[in-house]
Amino acid sequence: MSNKKILMTGNEAIAEGAIQAGCRFYAGYPITPQNEIPAYMSKRMPEVGGVFIQAESELGAINMVFGASAAGARAMTSSSSPGISLKQEGISYIAGAELPAVIVNIMRGGPGLGNIWPSQSDYFQATRGGGHGDYRCLVLAPFSVQEAYDFMFPAFTLADTYRIPVMILGDGIMGQMMEPLTRATGSKLQMINKPWALTGCKGRKPNIVKSFYMREGDLETANLSSQQKYRSIQKQEERYEAVGLEDAKVILVAYGTMGRICKGVVSGLRKKGKKIGLIRPITLWPFPNGVFKKLAARGRGAAFLAVEMSYGQMVEDVRLAVDGKLPVEFLGRAGGGVPTEEEIIKKLGRLK
Amino acid sequence: MNKIYARPRSLKEVNTHYCPGCGHSTVHRLIAEVIDELGIREKVIGVAPVGCAVIAYDYWDFDCSEAAHGRALAVATAIKRVRPQNIVFTYQGDGDLAAIGTNETIHAANRGENLTVIFINNAIYGMTGGQMAPTTLLGQKSATTPSGRKAEVHGYPLKISEMLASLPAVRFVERVSLVSPAEIMKTKRAIKEAFSNQMNNIGFSLVEVLSPCPTYWGVSPKESLTWIEELLAKEFPVGRIK
Repeated sequence: MSNKKILMTGNEAIAEGAIQAGCRFYAGYPITPQNEIPAYMSKRMPEVGGVFIQAESELGAINMVFGASAAGARAMTSSSSPGISLKQEGISYIAGAELPAVIVNIMRGGPGLGNIWPSQSDYFQATRGGGHGDYRCLVLAPFSVQEAYDFMFPAFTLADTYRIPVMILGDGIMGQMMEPLTRATGSKLQMINKPWALTGCKGRKPNIVKSFYMREGDLETANLSSQQKYRSIQKQEERYEAVGLEDAKVILVAYGTMGRICKGVVSGLRKKGKKIGLIRPITLWPFPNGVFKKLAARGRGAAFLAVEMSYGQMVEDVRLAVDGKLPVEFLGRAGGGVPTEEEIIKKLGRLK
Repeated sequence: MNKIYARPRSLKEVNTHYCPGCGHSTVHRLIAEVIDELGIREKVIGVAPVGCAVIAYDYWDFDCSEAAHGRALAVATAIKRVRPQNIVFTYQGDGDLAAIGTNETIHAANRGENLTVIFINNAIYGMTGGQMAPTTLLGQKSATTPSGRKAEVHGYPLKISEMLASLPAVRFVERVSLVSPAEIMKTKRAIKEAFSNQMNNIGFSLVEVLSPCPTYWGVSPKESLTWIEELLAKEFPVGRIK
């Protein structure tokens, strides 16, 4: 892959990243602001010998991903908030059947039909499971077009390694904005054997892909095995970016587009000598608890300000991680509103 | 001595959970016989429904997937597109295929997916306790139509096979029944044709099987066959539809 810089929207970067990461099946249904992903896939998939299907519905699309993944393909779907709500049934089945899959949510305003403006109001849905049953999706939150591309590699590798649905949580700004992108920065393509896949039972015992356990005790055993897997993901896969934690008196906590804006705030204020830091969670589940616990244990009076394009969802994870040991403040707007640098600086001023 | 009748290789040697007189085990066996005869056991991938046949994969001896209620044809579409060299079929009841899964059914058919569909019509929801199905007959009592299905409240029995036959990409639709050994042999022939069509890349093929549910029709297994002949097959005439 060339080192040449190309100009792409976040949505296109996700689609091309997926292709480069070995995705060979995509099914989706039109919804703004992620329509560039299916459009890109409809052109690119046939070029690489993959399958593109414009599904009849979000339910159709996610259940096609279930089938493609069961048959061993790296499979993906994408949508935006109302469409992701519709996909929750299928995501629960994918989690229950322990199938790998990548689901992209380019969030827009809600609830209901909401609007097509950017939002981060689906954090709870993404990080708590979203559908029925005790399960988790591993959630990655890119904050640039470059990361949108790069994260598709770990997304598919993590999905295959843990046999878990992985969600890419972006928003309308990230999906629509254009930035230069270097394709060479993507991780190595890592394919993983799938002896459980449905390929026809030639030379082996039949494989069954299912989430249904009727015999007493069997479901509890399966649930516990998933829980073990989730614990191991929590231990090994926490990712975040940190700025200025060594001396920060106030640490901004924000992900995705909001992380980008906060990073600008932190960089500007630090140039003026202010002791402001940043934690930008990259995995939203598992939430990067470790870094918060370390700061809380250090006991040097830092405070946190969580900033979100929602009315306070990620901030609950910050509070759980800090466990009352340090103050946690919140600033948020939603419904298409985006906290500005000025608003964040003003809020920081009031904290002193 | 020549053995002329044995358990098909594609059928596991286990007891099924089906009620006495139920048609599911008969159709499971016919599918297994056809798969053996076509020599495709190691290539076949079945998709089981949600409903009475939810654990069909415990009875068949080949690769199978579960599907969420009604989504079998979305799941099967993707399996077949990813692995066109395999033979992929769905096994679905009337609630699964013609109520909650109508959307997936119509669109997979309309795309002309090269799939085989075995559709069990017993005019009732069995697994959940005998509620009205889209194919429930007018006047038929069920757990949710205690005084019988009424056209003005519940609409008419849904002839989804005829609807599907009207789609240009659908290649083969036949309705069969299990009322006698002769009809069972016709059912097997239709199932074999539906599988052969896929092997020959002919396209979307569906077999609707009128199948007895003595438990929720409130009749004996023997009477359930008369029930099919005199009531169900009057509303859903057997024969080649397309």
